[in-house]
Amino acid sequence: MAQPRVLILRAPGANCDLETEFAFAQAGGRPQRLHVNRLLESPTLLDEFQVLCVPGGFSYGDDVAAGRILANQLRRHLSDCLQRFKADGKLILGICNGFQVLLKSGVLLPLQDDGAVPATLAWNDSGRFEDRWVPLTVSSNQSVFFQGIDSMYLPVAHAEGKFVPANASGLAKLVANQQVVLRYGTHPPNDMPTAMSASVAYPDNPNGSLADIAGVCDETGRVCGLMPHPERHVDPTHHPQWTRRTPQKTGDGMRVFQNAIGYFA
Amino acid sequence: MLWEVDIYPAAGQLNRAASDVRSAAATLGIHDDLPVLAAHGYLVQGDLDQQQLDRMVRELLVDNVVERAVVAPIGDPRLVDPALAHSSARDDASDWQAVHVLPKPGVMDPVAQSALAAMADLDLQADAVRTLRKYWFAALPDDTLRLLAAKVLANDAIEQVVVGPLAFDQLELGAPYEFELIRVPIRALDDDALTRLSREGQLYLSLAEMRTIQEHFRQLKRDPTDVELETVAQTWSEHCSHKTLAGRIAYQGPDGARQFDNMLKETIFAATGKIRAALGPDDWCVSVFADNAGIVRFDEQNNVVFKVETHNHPSALEPYGGANTGIGGVIRDPLGTGLGAKPIANTDVFCFAPPDTPESEVPPGALHPRRVMQGVVAGVRDYGNRMGIPTVNGAIYFDPRYLGNPLVYCGNVGLILHDKSFKEPVAGDHIVAIGGRTGRDGIHGATFSSAELTHQSESLSGGAVQIGNAITEKMLLDVVLEARDRGLYHAITDCGAGGFSSAVGEMGEHIGAEVWLERAPLKYDGLSYTEIWISEAQERMVLSVGPDQWEAFSALCQAEGVEATIIGKFVPTGRLKLKYAEQEVADLTMSFLHDGRPPVVREATYAPPPVVDIAWSETAGANLGEALRVILGSLNVASKHWVIRQYDHEVQGGSVVKPLVGANNDGPSDAAVLRPVLSSRRGIVVACGMNPAYGDFDTHHMATSAIDEAVRNCVAVGADPTRIAILDNFCWGNTDRPQTLGSLVRAAIACHDLAVELGTPFISGKDSLNNEFSYRDAEDRARSISIPPSLLISALGQIDDVGRAVTMDLKQAGNSLYLVGTTHDEMGGSHFAQIRGLAGGRVPQVNGPQARKTFAAVHSAIAAGLVRACHDLSEGGLAVAVAEMAFAGGLAASVDVAEIPNTVDDGTHRDAVLLFSESNTRFVCEVAPESAAEFEKHLAGVAHARIGSVTDDGQLVLASGKRVLATQSCDELKAAWQAPLNWS
Repeated sequence: MAQPRVLILRAPGANCDLETEFAFAQAGGRPQRLHVNRLLESPTLLDEFQVLCVPGGFSYGDDVAAGRILANQLRRHLSDCLQRFKADGKLILGICNGFQVLLKSGVLLPLQDDGAVPATLAWNDSGRFEDRWVPLTVSSNQSVFFQGIDSMYLPVAHAEGKFVPANASGLAKLVANQQVVLRYGTHPPNDMPTAMSASVAYPDNPNGSLADIAGVCDETGRVCGLMPHPERHVDPTHHPQWTRRTPQKTGDGMRVFQNAIGYFA
Repeated sequence: MLWEVDIYPAAGQLNRAASDVRSAAATLGIHDDLPVLAAHGYLVQGDLDQQQLDRMVRELLVDNVVERAVVAPIGDPRLVDPALAHSSARDDASDWQAVHVLPKPGVMDPVAQSALAAMADLDLQADAVRTLRKYWFAALPDDTLRLLAAKVLANDAIEQVVVGPLAFDQLELGAPYEFELIRVPIRALDDDALTRLSREGQLYLSLAEMRTIQEHFRQLKRDPTDVELETVAQTWSEHCSHKTLAGRIAYQGPDGARQFDNMLKETIFAATGKIRAALGPDDWCVSVFADNAGIVRFDEQNNVVFKVETHNHPSALEPYGGANTGIGGVIRDPLGTGLGAKPIANTDVFCFAPPDTPESEVPPGALHPRRVMQGVVAGVRDYGNRMGIPTVNGAIYFDPRYLGNPLVYCGNVGLILHDKSFKEPVAGDHIVAIGGRTGRDGIHGATFSSAELTHQSESLSGGAVQIGNAITEKMLLDVVLEARDRGLYHAITDCGAGGFSSAVGEMGEHIGAEVWLERAPLKYDGLSYTEIWISEAQERMVLSVGPDQWEAFSALCQAEGVEATIIGKFVPTGRLKLKYAEQEVADLTMSFLHDGRPPVVREATYAPPPVVDIAWSETAGANLGEALRVILGSLNVASKHWVIRQYDHEVQGGSVVKPLVGANNDGPSDAAVLRPVLSSRRGIVVACGMNPAYGDFDTHHMATSAIDEAVRNCVAVGADPTRIAILDNFCWGNTDRPQTLGSLVRAAIACHDLAVELGTPFISGKDSLNNEFSYRDAEDRARSISIPPSLLISALGQIDDVGRAVTMDLKQAGNSLYLVGTTHDEMGGSHFAQIRGLAGGRVPQVNGPQARKTFAAVHSAIAAGLVRACHDLSEGGLAVAVAEMAFAGGLAASVDVAEIPNTVDDGTHRDAVLLFSESNTRFVCEVAPESAAEFEKHLAGVAHARIGSVTDDGQLVLASGKRVLATQSCDELKAAWQAPLNWS
C-alpha cells in the first residue's frame, strides 16, 4: 500500500503540529498540516487521509475550557465525516489538547443524550501548567497505537489534564472494555483500576487523574487520546537524562507513530 | 437583555480559586483562615432567552462533570443568593456577601472574545460578552473587605470591584467618535508652559526638545496638531531613540576622560566592528544593531536572530499583563526582523524584591513583591506556552532595591533563511496592518516607559497597561511565516512602543508615507485619530505589501482568520502625512522627525568606592558546611523549579539540554541546548549572565563578570566559544545624575574591551533608564528607591553536534573532578560575604586573554568527548558548584582545596576563600579515569588541577589535605536548595 496519509489538524493556537508532522514522517507516513477552516469549507478533504491527528497546543487559546471551542466545531460541523472516517477503519489520535478536543467533542467516547460528556479533563490538582516527564504503563492492548509497548517515559505539559469520569459506572465500563490504555506510573501488567481515585502520587501522576488514567481509546481501539507527548520523545536526545544513559536509537514515543503507520502496511 | 452566568466547582470538587485567596489572605496577615467561595463567570448581552442561555451553558460554558452554574438576568436575586453559591446547605449562608471583579471597560478580555465567537458558532448570537470573577465572604468588616479587594482580589489598574449585586444593565461598547481637529498653540508658550505641556501631555520631553519643536513650527508659521506633537514625542522618546546612551557624553572615570559623540556606537557597536574586521571572510555576523533583532549565521541555509527587551514599568503596575505583553512584544521582534524569523525559544530574566518582604515595608503605590513575582511568572507562562515557543532559559535575582520597580527582561531567538534576512519597503507599496485591532490600550506606553515610576503612576498611566492575547499573535505568526515563504510582501516590522506611529515612521523613514487613520480596524468606537495613531494595542504588525502581492496576501490572511487592512501607502515624498476621513491631521517631514531632535549632552562621572579588605571576624570564616547550606538556600542560588516547570520548555520538539537536568530532572543546567532544525544535529545554546551585587563595587567588573558568566555558561554545555554572540540590556536608575550615568558608561567601556578580547560580538541590545520608584513615606517625606545597576548579558551559542553536549550532573562514582581556572581572593559581593555580613573585599575581575584561552581549552576537551559533566562556578563559588553537581547526579563528591590553582594568601580564612570566592572563568569538570591524561593535554597552558573525585556515599566532603573542613549530606543540601521557592 502507498504511504498512509496523515492529516494533522491545525487550529488557531495549535502549536505541536510541526513536530508531530516530523514524527509521522519519520515513521514512514505522509503527513500534511491542514487548517480546520479548510476542513470546515470542504469536509470531504478528510476522505483522502488514513490517519487524523489533533496535535497539542492551545486551540482557540483554551479559552472557556481546554479544547472546548474546537471540540464544538468538530461536533457541530464535522461529525458526519468523522463518523464515516471511523467507520472506514481509519485511525484518529489526539495528543494533549487533541485529547481534550476528542473527548469533549464526543469523537472518542460517545456523549450522553443531553450532550453531556461521560468524562472530562479537568484542571490539574496543582492548579497550574506543568511540564515534567512521567513514567507510563500501557494497561491494555486494545489500542492500535500502543501495540507492543509495555511502558514509556514521556513528558506532559498541560494545565488541564486530570481525567475525571462522570461516575463510577462510567469508569467501570471503560475498564471492562479495555479502553483505559495508558496510565501514569508503573503498574503490573493487567492491573486494572476500579476505584474513582488516583493510586499513584504526584508528581508521577502529574495532575491527579482518577485511576491514574493518561490515555483512553474508543471501543474499536482505533480512536485514541493521551495527555503525554510522544512526539517530544522520538529522538534519543529528547530524554532528559540522555547524557547519563547508554546511547539509544530512538525515543520511546516513536513506536506510537510507527504503530499508526504500520497499521496500514 | 444582560445575563450573568456564575460557574462554581461541582459538589466534591476543589474550589482552587478560593484556596488561593485564602492562602494569600493568610500570607498578608489579613485573615488566618478566611471563609471564602469563588466562582468565575460571564456577562452575556444579547437578545437571548432562558432556554438559549441554558443551551449555551450546557454546550459551551460549563463542564458537566466538574462544574455547575447559576444563570439569571442581571438584577435577579438568585445571583446574590448565598444558598445557591454554596454547594451544600449551611446555617450561616445568609451572612455571605458577593464581591464581583470585572475588567475595566476597554481592557482586553481575550476569553470573552473567544466565547463570543464560539457562541455564534452555536447559533447563539450575543452582542457582547465580558468575563468576571466572583467571591463570597462570610460577614467581613468593610475595611477588611477593602484591603482584600486591593491586595488580593483585583488590580485597580485594570479591574473594578463591585460589592453586592451588579447594577448596570448593559456592557459599555464605546460611543461613536466625532471628528474634531485639535491644534496645540505651542508657538506662544514660554518655557514654563512648554515644560508643563510636556509633563501634563505625557510627552516627557526635555525643555530643549520642546523649544526645538516650537521653533520648527514657528518657521512653518503654524501650530502643530495634537497628533503631530505626539508623533514627535514618541519618535524622540528615550524608549524609541535611546537618546541618552546614543547621545553626547562627557565622561570622567577610572578609565580617564572620554568625549563621546554617540556613546553606544563608540563602545558596544565599535567592539563588534573590530571583531568582524578581524574575522574578515570568516565573519559570521549578518546584521547587527540595524534591525529589530541581531542576526548571525547558523548553518548553510539558516541564520539565527536574537533580541532581549525589558517591560519593567508595565510589570510594576500590572505584573501579569506587563509580563504577558513583554513576552508578546519581544516575540514580534524576531518576527519583524528581516522578512520575519520563526521564533524558536524564549528567555526570561526577572529582578524582584525578596518575596518575604514584610507588607509594612512596601511603599504606597507599589505591589507586594510576592504578588509581582507570581503575576510576572504567570504572565510569561500563559503567553509563551500559548505561542508554542519553548521558554528554555532564565534567571531570577532578588534585591530589596527592586521594590516598586521590578525588572522583567524577555528575550526571543528566531530562525530565518539566509535569503530572507533583509527587507526593503518599496515606494508605492500598501501600508498594511495585520493582527489585533486597535484600542485605547497602551496609550503613551513609549513615553511612559521613559519616565520614573511614582506612587501615582497607577492612576496617571493606567492606559499604558495592556493585557495580551497570545492566540491572536499565534495566528499572526502562522500567517506571516506562510506569507514570507510565498514572497507576499517586501518588508515587515512590529507595532511595539509607539504603535503605528513608530512602525510606519521607521519603515517609511527613507521614503515617505501617507496613512488613512479611519481605516484601521478598531476594537470599539470612540477612538480619536490621535489615539489610533499612538495606541500600543498588542499583536499588530505593519507590512509593506506590493500592489501585485496584495490579493494573494489578503486571501491568505482571510483563510486563516487574520484581519489585514490597507491603512496607507508608502509615497516618495520624504513626508509623513496622516489623514482622517479625507482631512489632513498631520504633515511632518521625515527629516525633522528622525534627525531634528537636538543632541542630548550629558555629564558622566564615575569613581568606584575604594577597595577595602574584608574585616574578617573570628567566626566569619568558620563553620563552612553551614555556610554552604545557607548559601544554597539563599534566594538567588535556590532552585527555581517552581517557575521553570510552569513554562513549556520542550514544545517544537528540539529540546536537547533542558533547564532542569540530572538523575531526577531537577539539577540547575548552565544553559539550554536545542535543535531548531529537527532533521539536523546542529544546535543552539542559550544562556545569560548578570550579577547586580558586583555593581556596588565597580560597574566595570560587574559588566565583565556578566559577560564571562554568559559565555562560560554556554561553553559549559559544549558551545563553541568562537561562535557565541551576546546582547546587552542596561537597566539603570536616573541617568540625569552624572554619577549614575557614569556608572553606566564605565560598564559600556568594559563591555567593549572584554568583547574584543574574547572575540565575542554584541549583536543587539536595549536600555531602560529611569528605573526608580518615588513615593511619600508615612511622614510625607519624598522618598526614592533606585534599582542597582543591572546589566543583563544574554548569550546565543552554537554547537556542531548536539550529541557532544554535556550536562552538569555528576555521572559516575570513581571519576575525577577537575577545577579549571584560577581562584583569587575575590570575596567582594560574594554570597559568602552576604550571608556572613562581611563588607568590602575585592570584586571578581576577568582576565580577557586568559579567559579566551580557558574557554577554548574547555571546549576542545568537551568536543573531544572527554568530559562527563561540566558546571560553571558562579554564585557561591566552588562549594556551591560541586554540591549542585553532586545532588543533581544523585551522587556525592570529595574535594581537596589544597590542590586548587590559586593566588590566595595564606591566612586563617584561606579555606573559606578557596571554597566560596566567586572568581570568574572557572569550571568543574568530571572526567573518567581513562580520559584523564587526554583531558589534561587539552588543558595544557590553562590553570587546572584534579581536586577530588565522585563518590556515592551520600556525603559531600570538603577538605584541605588531611584536614576535613565540612561534611554534608547531599540530600540535606538539596533539600535546603529546593526549599525557599518550593511554592505550591
